[in-house]
Amino acid sequence: MKNHVLRPLFVVIAGVALLLVVRHFIVPDDFGVEEGGSFTFNYHRLSSNDDWKNFKVKYRGMEYCQECHEEKVEEILASPHSVIQCENCHGPAVDHPEDPEVLSIETSRLLCRRCHAFLPYPQSNRADMPAINPEEHNPSENCVECHNPHNPDLENM
Amino acid sequence: MSCSRRDLLKNTMKGVVAATLPLSALKILSPAQVKASVGDSNVRWVFLVDIQKCVGCGFCVKACKIENEVPYDVGVTRTWVERYVVTKDHKTHIDTPMGGRDGYTTSKIHGEEIDPDTITKAFFVPKLCNHCKKPACVQVCPVGATYQTKDGVVLVDRSWCIGCGYCIMACPFGARFFHPIYKVAEKCTFCYHRITKGMKTACVQACPFGARQIGNLKDENDPVAKTIMTKRVGILKDEYGTQPQVYYIGLDERVR
Repeated sequence: MKNHVLRPLFVVIAGVALLLVVRHFIVPDDFGVEEGGSFTFNYHRLSSNDDWKNFKVKYRGMEYCQECHEEKVEEILASPHSVIQCENCHGPAVDHPEDPEVLSIETSRLLCRRCHAFLPYPQSNRADMPAINPEEHNPSENCVECHNPHNPDLENM
Repeated sequence: MSCSRRDLLKNTMKGVVAATLPLSALKILSPAQVKASVGDSNVRWVFLVDIQKCVGCGFCVKACKIENEVPYDVGVTRTWVERYVVTKDHKTHIDTPMGGRDGYTTSKIHGEEIDPDTITKAFFVPKLCNHCKKPACVQVCPVGATYQTKDGVVLVDRSWCIGCGYCIMACPFGARFFHPIYKVAEKCTFCYHRITKGMKTACVQACPFGARQIGNLKDENDPVAKTIMTKRVGILKDEYGTQPQVYYIGLDERVR
């Protein structure tokens, strides 16, 4: 074959070879498809699964709080607020009591208003919530000054 | 061209055999299809949302953002709650301020007060990644950085994503966004770090009203699987053919 045909051919072959060598070093060894996975949807770096599994859990749930704060949990479980998780107001436990040692409690009106601000939607379950108009109902006071969030029943005020 | 009687008969026989062979005999099954047909993985995570139960408190969005370290004061979120208010003039007013992170505390929508007497229906719709059976976002990824696990969860490999944004464009549900810190595609993981430890997702745990549930579709005793199999449930954007795995009870046609 003529020289002017061969030379560009060598260049192309060298290019492809270089690409394969570079690819070999850059692509992680565990790239592939899990057993039984499909190439279309499952081709990935296999250890990425473990990266996500090892992500830090922050919200530990009411059972975790109960291990130490038995009385508080019992109190709230007997109240209309029994459906609310401790961490919704107290913040995520993470590694409490080591880290953080103290949780910062959210006591603002805004927190209570999430459920108890009146909205004119009788068709949704929002209508079942005891509701106030935040602009008329003691607008300058924090709700917790009168209502005990662990036992919000008005008779216990 | 010459053709002996022997050759003619031989070729005729070959032709007859080839013509009668069913096409399915030639179909090559991928190992995945074989495995799937014999039932390999016994977990398929699915999500169930009961729209009627949602009151728009937004605790789910707050919990998700903190649990998954999504920047709190940036307008991106893995899950969000939309408000739909339908009025008598057949208009639909939709809003989701900060993804509903702080709950719905005022009746104003986009700064506009809607006369309560004109409202025909109003409801809240929690949304998140649908973890589709055939995820369009995974198919478009040019580097294999996003994928579906064997238990059906669609994840992003942060160390391998190049941030091209194809998947964000490909998702019909707008469930993906660009992570402002890691500069990669970001999405709901069904709290993979929690569900694989037997916990509930952060949003399911935070919901006081049981509007959100997660379950295993392949477990016939799972209450979520039972509901999906036996009750009337809907999915979003069926027409895209991605087969979403977040099911809704009480879905309205106005929800897109």
